[in-house]
Amino acid sequence: MTAPSATTDLPRPGYWPWFGAFAYLFLIGAQVMGLVTSVPDRDMGHLQKIMYVHVPAAWIMSLTFAVVLWYSFLYLWKQRENDDLKAAAAAEVGSAFCGLTLVLGMIWGRPAWGVWWTWDARLTSTLVLFLIFVGYLALRAFVEDPHRRAQWSAAVGIMGAINVPIVYMSVRWWRTLHQVQSSPATVDPWYVINLRANAFAFLFVMIYFIRQRYVASRFERAAELAAQAVALGRN
Amino acid sequence: MAWKDDWRRVRAIVWKDLTTEGRSKAGFNSVAALGVTILVLFGFALGPDTQALRDAASGALWLAVLFAGVLAFNRSYQVELESGALEPLLLYPGARWTIFAGKLLANTIFVGLMLVIVVLVGIVLFQVNIPDAWPKLVAVLALGSIGLVSLGTFYAAMASRSRAREVLLPLLLFPMLVPVLLAAMSASKALLSGDMMHEAGAWMNMLVAYDVIFVVAPLLAFEHVIEV
Amino acid sequence: MSSEARVNIAIDARGVARRFGARWVLRGVDVQVHPGEMVGLLGANGSGKSTLLRILATLLKPSAGSALVYGHDVVKVPDDVRRHIGFLAHSPGLYDDLTARENLQFAASMLGLEAPNLDAALERVGLSHVRNERVRGFSAGMQRRLSLARLVLANARVLLLDEPYSNLDVAGIALMNELIGESVAGGGAALVVLHELAPSAGLLDRTITIRDGRIVGDDDAFLEPDALAAAGER
Repeated sequence: MTAPSATTDLPRPGYWPWFGAFAYLFLIGAQVMGLVTSVPDRDMGHLQKIMYVHVPAAWIMSLTFAVVLWYSFLYLWKQRENDDLKAAAAAEVGSAFCGLTLVLGMIWGRPAWGVWWTWDARLTSTLVLFLIFVGYLALRAFVEDPHRRAQWSAAVGIMGAINVPIVYMSVRWWRTLHQVQSSPATVDPWYVINLRANAFAFLFVMIYFIRQRYVASRFERAAELAAQAVALGRN
Repeated sequence: MAWKDDWRRVRAIVWKDLTTEGRSKAGFNSVAALGVTILVLFGFALGPDTQALRDAASGALWLAVLFAGVLAFNRSYQVELESGALEPLLLYPGARWTIFAGKLLANTIFVGLMLVIVVLVGIVLFQVNIPDAWPKLVAVLALGSIGLVSLGTFYAAMASRSRAREVLLPLLLFPMLVPVLLAAMSASKALLSGDMMHEAGAWMNMLVAYDVIFVVAPLLAFEHVIEV
Repeated sequence: MSSEARVNIAIDARGVARRFGARWVLRGVDVQVHPGEMVGLLGANGSGKSTLLRILATLLKPSAGSALVYGHDVVKVPDDVRRHIGFLAHSPGLYDDLTARENLQFAASMLGLEAPNLDAALERVGLSHVRNERVRGFSAGMQRRLSLARLVLANARVLLLDEPYSNLDVAGIALMNELIGESVAGGGAALVVLHELAPSAGLLDRTITIRDGRIVGDDDAFLEPDALAAAGER
């Protein structure tokens, strides 16, 4: 149950604006480093640099699924509304990263494979995960009662997260049982360093985004709770 | 005995769902007819070439079952919502998972019967040669429909009570069913073409794993979904 | 009040509030009903009577406040509450394609009754002659009687009745009053949403009036029906 006193302990900015600035600067720095340091790939040329954002986006997207799972469980266990809002924030940010992964993958695939889309195992399973995210967000949009919405989306979030490895495995089998997938090994040390730098940059941005989205929904809820206090005559 | 009470509830739900469904046969008949219609449309889309039809038979069959089955899941809760019967159902003391288990069994029987019709029609329309390993094919059909029905029954508990239930259920359900559809389609396709690569077994293992996970998880989560 | 004392109250609601979206339907309601009491719940349409009843029946969770039924919290241990209550809603909650007897059979199985006396329950509500007919053809009053038979089977201590007299004929009203009377006399309690007082005149111990989600009157003394009807519409 929601205590009306929740209005008094709204999240404060604290050091978060600084963290946000740091995340953005880190992201810009990682991009600059990637462009400056790495030599053009033997096969792919400068196109290879898309991997610096595509791969970290995919990693971070998987991480947001874990965050959704974690807060969904926490909500069902403790029934704290804030956990539901955190799960929802993570799902929104996750679907953004998921969409980014897909678009970057397609931009890379067009010159690399000559087609915008290929039923590659990773790309395909990412698309399925994106659709699962979409379903989760659609459910939230179609259910108005906050308690029911929280309860249902926690269940859907958990089911979706359980399914992530199964989807990936099934799609990979579906591909590999028909054709062997080639994965070129890149040994350039700068490639690895840049990939990691970008992974951290995306991680910081993700944390900052989830935090900001969560704060926004807390303020929305606080406005509703203020209306409750007035309605109950307890102001 | 608690488990006796639980089992009695499960049986009562199965009996009630199947009896009401059986007395208004229009429901089953129209869902099965829709399944057959979808098969016919796939036939048009895939052209009259016999080999093309045979190759696509398993995919067309599973999609027909999926599209027709999705109507059955919302119907299953429609019976409760129509005359306010969901409230008394929730007011009976005892574990709520029994409601899910009962509806899961009833829907499995419902979809299973539809599957029989669709498969028989599909064999004729798509000129499928029945392989020697047909018992395995039956097992694939059963395993595939359990996974489909379990998640369908679970998500319909939410979708049927939300706005826009017609669109919400497929939107939630279809992406979740990708593994079960891939496994069921691939396994049946392999079996229909003689299973030269011996891949059907691997897919069937995946179906079993999927079914176990997605029968147990909804059983545990159902209480949280139906109570609000 | 000690928790032990609260166990002896049939219904004990404190500060119960509930909102739907942004609209507050209940704005903090205190209700106590003691064993042996039949309490009427009055108020205009949309005043929050049914919402309160549904919260006590564990069908809705309160947005704020708490409610106990014989000491069992409706939010924390809803299953214990369900073993004590018999709820009669607006809608009959029956399956149209099952017969009267089959509907009761289903209810008995769900209630976990080993050897339910279905025919006695049907006899009691005067539906023996149509026991094997489908509910689809029943009139609203007959459906209500069948819901009553389900209540008879459940044999609950606390009755939560939402406009129980609607659609009932004179004999049906008498039957309803008889059942409520038996339950209350046996140490149970009843909280009854009413639109008019006439059908339950003489049985009510007290009435509570709700307006705009708040209690505006809790009268121990029995009031004249005219005065109460006016209170409900005020």
